[in-house]
Formats: sequence, structure tokens, C-alpha cells
Amino acid sequence: MLTVDVEKTLGETRIAARFESDGGATALFGPSGAGKTSIVNMIAGLVTPDRGRIVFDGEALFDDMKGLDMPAYRRRIGCVFQEGRLFPHLSVRRNLDYGRWMRGLPRDGGQFAQVVDMLDIGTLMERRPGALSGGERQRVALGRALLMKPRALLLDEPLASLDTARKREILPYFERLRDEAKLPMIYVSHDAGEVRRIARRVVRLEDGRVVATGGHELLDEPASAALAAN
Amino acid sequence: MLDLTPQDWTAIMLSLRVALVATAFALPPGVAVAWLLARKDFWGKSILNGVIYLPLVLPPVVTGYLLLLAFGRKGPVGAFLAEQFGIVFAFRWTGAALACGVMSFPLMVGAIRLSIEAIDRRLEDAASTLGANGVWVFLTVTLPLALPGIIAGAVLAFARALGEFGATITFVSNIPGETQTISAAIYTLTQVPGGDAQALNLVIVAVVLSLAALIVSEWFNRRAGARTHGN
Repeated sequence: MLTVDVEKTLGETRIAARFESDGGATALFGPSGAGKTSIVNMIAGLVTPDRGRIVFDGEALFDDMKGLDMPAYRRRIGCVFQEGRLFPHLSVRRNLDYGRWMRGLPRDGGQFAQVVDMLDIGTLMERRPGALSGGERQRVALGRALLMKPRALLLDEPLASLDTARKREILPYFERLRDEAKLPMIYVSHDAGEVRRIARRVVRLEDGRVVATGGHELLDEPASAALAAN
Repeated sequence: MLDLTPQDWTAIMLSLRVALVATAFALPPGVAVAWLLARKDFWGKSILNGVIYLPLVLPPVVTGYLLLLAFGRKGPVGAFLAEQFGIVFAFRWTGAALACGVMSFPLMVGAIRLSIEAIDRRLEDAASTLGANGVWVFLTVTLPLALPGIIAGAVLAFARALGEFGATITFVSNIPGETQTISAAIYTLTQVPGGDAQALNLVIVAVVLSLAALIVSEWFNRRAGARTHGN
């Protein structure tokens, strides 16, 4: 269970968002500029909220009243970003191993084999990220996040940089992940079709605010009049 | 081809030693300062920046004179180091290395800073979400990605140190075998009637060494570009 209640002013945009995620997959859905990425960065610990609290399974990750701000490296929240962000100087294998190594975890051959198998990246091991296609890169990024043994996953527009064919190729991996890894997931997207396939629960964001929380019915509603006017 | 006298060789070997030692000692603080300037905002940043780049714009004689004031036998730092650790800079080759290190420091910091600024900070963010604290992010992401730039900066500083003249001769004078580097030896030869023919040999050596260093530096710079944009 993830509880987010944060406020943050970033230049012109003001974000004031409150929502809960009950485990399983929750989508943060909204047009670009709605503040989705900023909220994800606050959960990951990469951006510090001005006010509010972020609580995961009873443990506060951030709480300004208590002056608490757990650094990103201790939050154990796996992230997959739009651009992959694989380390260009490391092979795929060492990218995958990075989180385990940094967290000082013992080698877990079973999980490694399972993740590599699930994502079909076994043949890419010795390659550098520069030599991967966009879809391969995102699969490796997903594997890297899983292999650090996170307690939750943040997926920030993981398919947005891919063309339609690549998206169709990768979406099944995310579905398998949701069904097999049994990790709480926050899936950020502006694409209703993607969200429909991945998440049951939808948090709809507009202009830095949560305008509705619910199920797939929120995906069909047009953007609010205020936003449409922009 | 080149007819180098034993004195020429002494000057060349001394120059190489001085430049190597200067570069080696300047490198760790150079990386640290470049990282601070590239990545951190703090009070007094523009002052630090100014002090580091000062030797680039000050007349080298002035830098040498200031070094003499601070690190000379009676200078506050020089006296302290001599008493406590037995390290003496005045009129020693170590002093020449110090002068060269100070003079080439801005070039080194500039090159390294550029290479650190070119690194996508989002990669460092990704590393921290994977459990790497600040030190590990630096060691496993920032440093390896900046490495070609760091080497380029070091080679550039080495080349600058090889050619240092003004600050060195002001600080530690021009003593054959101790502080007489290639530049100082050339200067000395040109002051003697008929010495300019002999000086030409050293001039050729200086040109070749500097050119080689520049080519190496440029090669690493291009690699730095290829590496950080590889993803």
C-alpha cells in the first residue's frame, strides 16, 4: 500500500496530488504536463516535495512534518524511465547486475535466469546499450529494476519512446510482469490503450492535481473543460 | 639527427619529471574541484572558480612571485612544510613541479569539468534508484563516463607543465640539474652568443613533445564525446 500526498512548485507548475495505491498495478494517467513524472520522481526520491508525505507499507519515505526524507538509494523502489537510462559504459549483464551489486545482495542465479527468460534478453548479455534497439533497451531496463529486488516498481512512460510495433512487442512483457512478479506497480502513461491493458486502478491527473480515482471508466472521459481550453 | 648535449638531456629529463609529478599531484584535486564546479551549487563557488582560473590570466611572473611569498623558505606555508614534514620547495625541482601544477591546474579542471557536465545526470539518478549512494554513483557512473575527459585534461596539463617558464623561473630560479627545465635551458642558451643554434635542438624537442600531447589529448576528447552519447 502506497500513500502519496505531496505538494511541489516547480517553476510555473504547481503539483498538489493525493492518492493511494493498493498494491497491484495503479496507473497515473493524464496528458503530458499533468505532473506525472514529477510525482514519480518524488516517490523515487529524486525530487523533494515541498510539503506532504509518502508512505509505503507503513514506512514513511518522506514526511516534512517529521523532517524525514529517505534518500533514493535506500528506498528500494525500482524505476524504469522513458529513455531506459542504461549505463552506456557497462554491458547488458553488468547493467542487470548493478542494483544487486550496489545493494550488496548475494547472487541469485534463479531469479536472474527467470527475469532474463521472462524478458527474452539472454542473447544480449555481452552487448553495450548503444548496440540495442529501443525495445531491447526497455526490456533490459525493466530487468535491471527487477533484479535489484525492489519492493515496488515505478514505470514512467516506459513505452513512450517506442513506435507502435515495438509497443505491441513489449506490452506483453509488462502484463507478464504484473501477473508473475506480484509487485506493486505504478504505471505512468498518457496512452489510454496501454493503461487499459496494464492497470485496473486509474488515478487521473490534470494540471498537477488528481481529478478522479477509479477504474477504466476514467480512461474514456474527455479531458476536463478547463484543460481543453488550454 | 638532433645533436643533444648531456646538459640538454638533463633539462629534458628534468622537464618530463617535473611535468609528470605536477600532473600526478594535481589530478586528484583537479577531479574533485571539477566535480564540485560541475555538479554543486554552494556559497563562494564563483570565488573558487575565479581563484582556480587566475593563473591563466595573471602574468606568470606574478604567480611565481606569489608562490615565492607563500612557499619560500620564510613563507608561511613553506616554513610550515619544511619544519613539519621536511618538504622544501624553494630552489628545488619540487618547487618547479608546484609552479607547473598551479599553472596547468585551470586547463586540467576546465577539461574535466566539461566532461562531467556532458554526462546525463539522469544516469546518476537511475544509479541512485538502484541503491547506489553518492560515492558509488560517482565511482561507478560519473568517473568512468568522465574518464576520457579526465585523461584529456591530464595530458593537456602535462603539456602545459612542460612548457612552463615564467612562474617556475621566478619561484625556483634557473639552476642546471635542479630547476632548469627545457624552457629555462632554451632561455639560457639564447642569452649566450652563438647559443641559439644549440637552443634550436631543444626547441624542436619542445615542439614535438607538445604536439604529441595535444594529439593524445584530442584523441581522448573525441572518445569522451563518443562515450557519453553512446546511449
